[in-house]
Amino acid sequence: MPLQTPFHPRTSELCTSLLWKEWAGYHAVCSYDTVNDREYIAFRHAAGLIDVTPLMKYEVTGKDAPSFLARVMVRNIEKLRVGRVTYCCWCDDRGKVLDDGTITRWSEEHFRVTSNSPALQWLQRCARGFEVAIHESTDRIGVLALQGPASRTILAAAAEAEIEGLRFFRATTGMVAGKPVEITRTGYTGDLGFEVWTANENALPVYDAIMKAGKIHGIEPCGLDAMDVTRIEAGFVLHGVDYFSARTCMIESQKSTPFEIGLDWAVQLKRESFVGQAAILAEQDRGVARRLVGLELDWDDLERVFEESGLPPEVPRHAWRDPLPVYRDGRQVGQATSGAWSSILKKNLALATVNKGWSEKGTELMIETTVDFERKKMKAVVVPKPFFDPERKRT
Amino acid sequence: MGANYDAIVIGGGHNGLTCAAYLAKAGRKILVLERRHVLGGAAVTEEIYPGYHYSTCSYVVSLLRPKIIRDLDLPSHGLEIMPLEQSFQPLHDGRGLVRWSDWEKTRRELARLSPRDAEIYPEFGRTMVQMARFVKPILDMVPPDPGSLDPRGLSDLLRLGKRFQNLGPDLQAVKYRMLTMSAVDFLDGWFESDSLKAVMSVSGIIGTFLGIRSPGTAYVLLHHYMGEIDGAFRSWGLSKGGTGGISLAIASAARSYGAEIRTESPVQKVLLKNGSSEGVVLESGEEIRARVVVSGTDPRLTLLGFVGEENLDDETVSALKNFKMRGSSGKVNLALDRIPDFTCRPGVGPHLFGDIAIAPSIEYLERAYDQAKYGDFSERPYLNIVIPSLTDPTVAPPGKHVMSIFVQYAPYHIKEGPEYWPKKREAFGDAVIDTLSEYCPGIKEAILHRHVLTPWDLEQEYGLTEGNIFHGELSLDQLFFLRPSPKMARFRTPIENLWMCASGSHPGGGIMGAPGMLAARELLRTRTV
Ligand SMILES: Cc1cc2nc3c(=O)[nH]c(=O)nc-3n(C[C@H](O)[C@H](O)[C@H](O)COP(=O)(O)OP(=O)(O)OC[C@H]3O[C@@H](n4cnc5c(N)ncnc54)[C@H](O)[C@@H]3O)c2cc1C
Repeated sequence: MPLQTPFHPRTSELCTSLLWKEWAGYHAVCSYDTVNDREYIAFRHAAGLIDVTPLMKYEVTGKDAPSFLARVMVRNIEKLRVGRVTYCCWCDDRGKVLDDGTITRWSEEHFRVTSNSPALQWLQRCARGFEVAIHESTDRIGVLALQGPASRTILAAAAEAEIEGLRFFRATTGMVAGKPVEITRTGYTGDLGFEVWTANENALPVYDAIMKAGKIHGIEPCGLDAMDVTRIEAGFVLHGVDYFSARTCMIESQKSTPFEIGLDWAVQLKRESFVGQAAILAEQDRGVARRLVGLELDWDDLERVFEESGLPPEVPRHAWRDPLPVYRDGRQVGQATSGAWSSILKKNLALATVNKGWSEKGTELMIETTVDFERKKMKAVVVPKPFFDPERKRT
Repeated sequence: MGANYDAIVIGGGHNGLTCAAYLAKAGRKILVLERRHVLGGAAVTEEIYPGYHYSTCSYVVSLLRPKIIRDLDLPSHGLEIMPLEQSFQPLHDGRGLVRWSDWEKTRRELARLSPRDAEIYPEFGRTMVQMARFVKPILDMVPPDPGSLDPRGLSDLLRLGKRFQNLGPDLQAVKYRMLTMSAVDFLDGWFESDSLKAVMSVSGIIGTFLGIRSPGTAYVLLHHYMGEIDGAFRSWGLSKGGTGGISLAIASAARSYGAEIRTESPVQKVLLKNGSSEGVVLESGEEIRARVVVSGTDPRLTLLGFVGEENLDDETVSALKNFKMRGSSGKVNLALDRIPDFTCRPGVGPHLFGDIAIAPSIEYLERAYDQAKYGDFSERPYLNIVIPSLTDPTVAPPGKHVMSIFVQYAPYHIKEGPEYWPKKREAFGDAVIDTLSEYCPGIKEAILHRHVLTPWDLEQEYGLTEGNIFHGELSLDQLFFLRPSPKMARFRTPIENLWMCASGSHPGGGIMGAPGMLAARELLRTRTV
């Protein structure tokens, strides 16, 4: 049975819809109301508070922590300065992605790595010969993500910490409700936002203080459904949906490289050796076989496929994650792995992996859809990601 | 002297701006001239009381064409639309009805009024959506000219006719009923609950000087459902920063394509030479020339105002005079210190995040109309209220609120004469607040500032002739190729090179942008500009 996060007493009281799901072994709210619009609106127009405790967390400490992480990660973590956060992925020896997450450098010799799936064994295996200690802290630390344009104002009111000056992907510490917290300017919504990390025993007072400070700014408790829409708008890939950890794949073609999932920018190749480096270099020479791209489904064509069945056009009410084949000239050239109707952009969006040659901006593809039990194809165009990228995210 | 611009757009309302944006996007040199200090016309946000941003006129958006949002990439220019989820109707007897986007919740609410209606309600919705599906393409097309032999227009007309043939017998019957009946008679065929019918019928009369029992008002109900199939997700929404946010986003898009926009530049008249437009003269005396002048103001102001009766043929003049522009509504905007309890549902709950309708019964609405018929404002009017600050906290200081109250009936032609309105303004505002107090007793104490707009103000300040919120009633006889008259239905006027692009043209009023977009499309297609 899934566990309860330290915020459960609050979230369970608020979740009148009883819509929950399991997330990495924990109970997690899908949406507090039977419709998630209000939560989505809060993320984009005010602020949403979401319990992200189930993210796996590892404390990496010791003299060799920087060089160790530089060896495991595709990014040169030795260069990450104290008080900063970065995002990257890590690979197996063959350069296939195992997982992705954030890495925060809390002090010279203390880093925190987050991941979607258990990583302790892999990290420990790679640690041989390094003077490091790796401890999982998932069930000791509660994490809240406060996301949205009002998040800074709210957190500044709730926390005794330097919030106004905390820049994008920076970390700091402070107090909320008299309890020590760690704060990072990070999140999974592609908006202005923060994550607040606190020991389990302080979880409830911290939760209450943030909700209280947020009341006059329109804060809403939010669930995973609303966040899923925002992460698609932000163009973020989701482990287990848009790509799969090499450790869980049965066949080679299910595995992905960092380039294939669009993390080129996170890969730092020209440096001392790291896990997967040789394979990634070889891939670079060879050329990347497929690419994760953003797709915009053509509205007129969507109206057409519904009109053919005599139906009014419909847009998905939730983000979807059942893969759909993507075609070009009648041949399958890839698959869309998740998508959502963006009510802020008035666009029907999808994330898709397509073969080389079809990933250029403006490329016209066809995506499968089912209308009235009938499979149809409709037009979709490759567009740049993020689909939604407000300035406030960075400033 | 040659033309300085390819086109001048008179008026920076959202339609004028949309037209300008499309023309500029097509590479034309465009100048927009707005009389006021702010852009937006009736889709405007104004900080009349410091810290509180009122959507002074229009307050919710439903039919803004998604195509415009995508074509002009409005989200990147700041457009954000937030769906309005529910509809709350406080009743006389201390009960209340909320229609939620959660269908099961709505069913339980409706069942308290009528278990039968609760079951029929979704069926009604489906029928309306099906009907709307047939009507919607009309919004996105230039109306054909039934009097011409232009094959293009004729084939459009035929295709439309054919669509209607395909409706199927049940929907055919619905169509005929909708085209001929009053909103109430039409709803009588579906529902038994008086208060449900009352609140649903009002969408048939908004912006018209008709009652809910006037024939032809049923059709306008459809417009209400059109938004649902627009890929808008929900039928109604709020614009971030108030409805002016929409106009400002369109203006920003227009500028990004190179359009020039001038505020505080009232146009006095259209420059004529041999019955053709050459440009405009500003009130300042400045003359500006352009190949085409496109008016984003209403048809009467455009022709009787900027061109002048003396330059028009009799037929045009009488068509314009017969075009019904009788204003019938007003607006009250409030800055609130807090949100007081509604008696039937205390507390600040999700029921207040949608719209709130004071339309408790059919009789109530009929009485309201009766008073208006005799030249008074309704003492107990229909109110449609939103509290946008609940959804969009940026429009008021933290913890404070703005309330937007649309009021009908407030006839332009009161018995003392329209110019008497300023003397009645505060009495009208009092009637609105007294009405609301009956359902929300603490409202008076919560008011920090009150801003009242009568139809006279809508005319004087916002340039809406007779205070008509839609530049002419949206009644069946004034839509499609009859808007504003058969001869002027295709954005053209009898004056060569003078076009129209706003709500007085097809497909009509509301924050839609469609007239602006279609006029631009037609101007470009015909290479007029
Ligand atoms: C009180 C009220 C409430 C409403 N509520 C809603 C609602 O909730 N939802 C909805 O969809 N619709 C609503 N409407 C209707 C909607 O706002 C209008 O139909 C729409 O905004 C009209 O846009 P437009 O661009 O066609 O014209 P306008 O917005 O009227 O633009 C005309 C412009 O021309 C300018 N102008 C006038 N004279 C001159 C001159 N001499 N020189 C230069 N410029 C000039 C005006 O200042 C104005 O900016 C409401 C309207 C009112 C008045």
